[in-house]
This record gives sequence, C-alpha cells and structure tokens, in this order.
Amino acid sequence: MAAALPVAITAPRPLTLLAVLAVMVAVGGALRMAEYLPHRNASVRIAGASAHVQWRVVALWAVAAAFMLALVIVGLIVGDFPVPARDALATVLWDRGGEFDFIINTLRFPRLTVALLAGIALACSGAIFQGLIGNPLVSPDIIGVNNGAALVAVFILAVGGDVSLLPYAAFAGAASTALLIYVLAWKSGVSGARLVLVGIGINSVLAAGITFIQVRFPIERIIAAARWQAGTLFGASWSDARTLAIGLAILLPLAFFFTRRLRLLQLGDDTAAALGIRVERDRLALLAIGSGLAAIAVAVVGPLGFVALLVPHIARLLAGNLTGGVLLLTGVLGGLFLLGADLIAQRLFAPTALPAGVITAALGGPYFLLLLARYNRAL
Amino acid sequence: MRSEASPPVPIEPPTLAGRELQLGYGGPLVVEQFDTTIPTGRITAVIGANGCGKSTLLRALARLLRPSAGSVLLDGEDIHRQPTKEVAKRLGLLPQAPTAPDGIVVNDLVRRGRYPHQKMFDQWSPEDERAVARALDLTNMVQFSDRSIDELSGGQRQRAWIAMALAQDTPLLLLDEPTTYLDMAHQVDVLGLLASLNRVEGRTVVMVLHDVNQACRYADHLVAMAGGAVAVEGPPREVVTAELIEHVFGLPVTIIDDPVTGTPLTVPLEPAPRSAEPATGPLVADGMA
Repeated sequence: MAAALPVAITAPRPLTLLAVLAVMVAVGGALRMAEYLPHRNASVRIAGASAHVQWRVVALWAVAAAFMLALVIVGLIVGDFPVPARDALATVLWDRGGEFDFIINTLRFPRLTVALLAGIALACSGAIFQGLIGNPLVSPDIIGVNNGAALVAVFILAVGGDVSLLPYAAFAGAASTALLIYVLAWKSGVSGARLVLVGIGINSVLAAGITFIQVRFPIERIIAAARWQAGTLFGASWSDARTLAIGLAILLPLAFFFTRRLRLLQLGDDTAAALGIRVERDRLALLAIGSGLAAIAVAVVGPLGFVALLVPHIARLLAGNLTGGVLLLTGVLGGLFLLGADLIAQRLFAPTALPAGVITAALGGPYFLLLLARYNRAL
Repeated sequence: MRSEASPPVPIEPPTLAGRELQLGYGGPLVVEQFDTTIPTGRITAVIGANGCGKSTLLRALARLLRPSAGSVLLDGEDIHRQPTKEVAKRLGLLPQAPTAPDGIVVNDLVRRGRYPHQKMFDQWSPEDERAVARALDLTNMVQFSDRSIDELSGGQRQRAWIAMALAQDTPLLLLDEPTTYLDMAHQVDVLGLLASLNRVEGRTVVMVLHDVNQACRYADHLVAMAGGAVAVEGPPREVVTAELIEHVFGLPVTIIDDPVTGTPLTVPLEPAPRSAEPATGPLVADGMA
C-alpha cells in the first residue's frame, strides 16, 4: 500500500478518472431515477407482528445494496497489486489461504468492511441528531462529538502513547463530550437549540485544545495526528471491523426501536408527551445512541467529516421523512458513500493514497453548498 | 369502510377533573385555584384574557405540567400516577402551534397518532389502519393524504393535525386554541368538525378559545378564567353576562342574542374601556365591591 508520506501526487490516470466519474454519474443517475418510484405503502402482518412498509424504501434498499455489493467487488479487485477478478472473489469466498490471501483477506476485505460499517454508523448517527434537534444542519461533528474523540487521540499520538489504545481513548473522548454537552445544556429539560449552541461552544474549545497540542509537540508526531484527524481507513483490520460490528449490533437495533419515539419528538415536546412518551428520558436515550454510533465510527476511522451531515439528507430526499426503514436506508447509503469515497481516495492519485476524509469533505463540501442553496430557495 | 360498525368510544367514557389545582412554572403561580369536573360527553370551552392561565390549565389537564399543588384526576385517579401510554389511550391533546418536520406527508403525520396503541412488534394492526383511514375521512383529508403538509392551506393543515389527534382515538380530546391563525370560514369549519365529533361519537372535547362568541356558540359548558382562578362556569346561556365579560376581559360590552343560534353574542361598547387591565379573582368578590 502506498501510504507513505505524500511526497508527490501524480496526476490521475485518465482511465481511473473516467471510471470514478462513471461510477459517480451512475450512482447519481440511479438515485435520480429512484425519485420517480411510486409512493406505495403496504401492511405486512405475520403472526402477532405487523409493520407498515413503504415499498419505495424497500426498492431503494435493494438498489443501494446492489451498488454496495458491486463496490465491494470492485474494491477487492482494484489496487496497486493487480489481482484477477476470479481469484479475488475466490480468495474471499472459498480459497482462503491462497496465493492472494494476504492482499485480499488481510488488506482489502477488512478495509472495505470497516468502510461499510463506519459509514453505516456515521450516517445513522447523523439521522438521529438531525431528527432529534429538528435542524437539517446538525451532525455529531458540528456539536463536538468528533472533536472530543480527536482531542484525546491527537494527544496520545503527540506524546507518542500506545497506538493500540487509540480506538478506546477516542471512544471515551467522544462519549464524555456527548455527556458534557448534555449536562451543560440541561435546564429543566434539554431543548434542541440549546443543545446545539452548547455543542458548538464545546466544539470550539476542543478545536482550540487540538491546535494547542499541534503547536506544542514535535512536528513528526503531529503529522501522524493530522493524518488520523483527516479520517483514514488506512491499516483497517479485522479487529477494527469487529469493534464496529459489535457496536452496531448493540446500537442499531436500539436506534431502530427508538426511531418510533424520535418520530413523536419531531412533533414537539407537548405533542410527544400527549402521545404517551417520556420526553426527557427518550431524548437522553436517543442522544446516547446517536453519540454512541458516532463514537464507535470515529474511534476506528477518525473524525471523518460530512458523512453524518450529508447522507441523511440524501436518504430524506429519496425516501421522505424518518421511519425505521428510512433509518436503515440512511445506514446503507452511508456505507455506500464511505466505501465509494475510500475507493476514490485510494485510486484517484494512485499510487499515492489520500485519506478518505479528504474525499468525503471534497464531495461533501460542494453538496453542502448545493443543499444550502436549495434550502434558501425553499424558504 | 366498516368503521361505522365499530364505534371507537368505550361504553364508559373517562372523566377528567382538577382538584384544588395550583399551577406555575417555578415562579409565581399562574393558576391559583382550579377545582372543576369536566362534563363528560360535552364540549367545554375555556375562555379568559391573555395570560390568565388557560393554556397552562390545559397543559396541566393533559399531564404535561405537574401541578404545584392539587391533582388532576383521570377516571378518579391521579393522572401522574398512571402510565403515560395508558393515559394517551384515553386523553389526546392538540397543542396551540404544533411543529412538524419539513416535508412531512399528511398520512405519515396521522399515522404517528397511533403510537399509544402500538405494541413492540405489533406496529401496524388492522385496527391502526382503520383508525387512520377513519381520521382522514372524518376530517375530509383523504384526498390530501399523500400531500406534504407544507403545501396545504392553514385550514387544511389544522385539519391534518386534528386527524392526527383523532387517530389517537381517545374519548377525551383537549385542544389549545384550535382556530388561531385561521380565517373565519376555516374557523367555522374546524369548530363544526369538533362539534360533530362530539355529537356523533360522544367524545368529550375541551378547548381553549380566544373568541367568546365562538365559545358560546359551540360549547355546552363554559369555564371563564380571570386572574388564575375560575371566575364562573356553566352553560353559556346562563353564565355569560355583560358583567362577567367586563370582569374577565376588562372591556365594557353589551350582550345580545346571536341571531342564528340564540346563544349570547358579545358586542364591545365604544368608547375605549375604562380599565385596560382585566380584573382578578372570582366574579362575586368583584361584584360586591
């Protein structure tokens, strides 16, 4: 893997650039087509269980999942070391321990898995925060959860601490930041606007702390810290994937379950309380779930920007207002987005690889501006 | 639709009462004394000047505000001692200016009203489906069910919210100024809908209203509040007098019969009121002065 210091960045090869553009246009086109899917609902009832199903959401899942599978396959095949497509798939599926085992099963496949899982966690976290606070411009990175993780991680890297501790330390940083925001925002209940303002205040303090560490410690170590801060999937391992999988296995069902209550909180505290939920308790639970999802992702891949902000909007544009199904769709799209961004980051200037965070921000920034423009027009 | 065959209201409609209620938000009390039983199966209107505590009272009756003293009794039991989801099956509330996420579709909004009836895995029972269809039907919103709420007129939007509250299917329905921000035609439309819900289905309706004349027209029972206490309560024809209105709103008026319904019609007198500030305390005390 060419992840040494980016000494020189070569111009992208025309073929790579073309492939990247083709994929982006294809995804964009497919998503655009999805807007024409009819809004049809159905009731699914089996034994004592029942659910309200939006066919549109199911169709979108299917499309997104197909793209995801395709991207995973592409991700297994392409890379600096050429592996024939047949061999790449065989190595993953049945020929473990074969000729390409190290490249496929130790380098590429875990990295793809981590991208997928981290994308799911970040996007779901963003959807929860945006729903909870009722503001489409909110995400865990804006209110300081990511920087909470970053401050601790940058400190460990700057003092040359044990790198294997990084995920746990980052998780602790994110979780304690979320807790601090909640405690400081508490004033006989927590209102959305207050939470965001407190979060923005804390975020700037954390950012100042990070800058302080950057100017205070030796430059060689700060470079490693800066790389981590950009958000990178370099060196992602099966143990990272396991950490994420365990976290998601706990948090995602909770998020799905609590989405019902989130849908009521979206109608205002009074309506939600009148419909029979305990507003403060459920809001705290949702904040904990949303922060937890952001924290596990940031702990493993670093504070990747824009995924949490951006993907819930795409899901909302495609599938409409938040439901359990739309939350899961948001997750799938988040996985797709990060997977795609990481592939582009690796291949665009190959053999020089970029941190995935550069691509999520480079794609996310313009999209964010587009969104703002759209939002203004709607007002 | 089989909805006609299955009336949603239980045989024994729940009762709601405030007992020696004192309400406030941590500072001085907003409501100092409220001791009233809401007549079951009737329409009750709460009127009063701005800031007299009528919305506060409604929030307390809907268990959104914990009383500083006294209690709200739902079916004779303290409302705060009952599981909130169980209360939500019997008592619904439509706040004054409810908020909805951008672009929410009417159908989606109304479905959310089913929450108290849904179980962990039983999320969309035939009962839920019927209740939503019925709520849309009663409010005349069927043709708008796939429309985004932002595209609707003020009156349609209010009807969508009422449909949400109806989907909750509670025999007791509390509404905080359901006609605010609506033009006259839409006000009459919404109040007519509530009146028919009461007459046809026997639901108990409690609403805070700004407009005294509307309150007199649609309510069976009027609660007039002044200075954090009930000034007077009873059927509008019996209790509404020029003296009461002047006491409650600080405005000299004359009362005539509504030419259409025969209910009391309040007409402000010129010139401007003697005292701009509404009086406080019960009517009797003031009347004796």
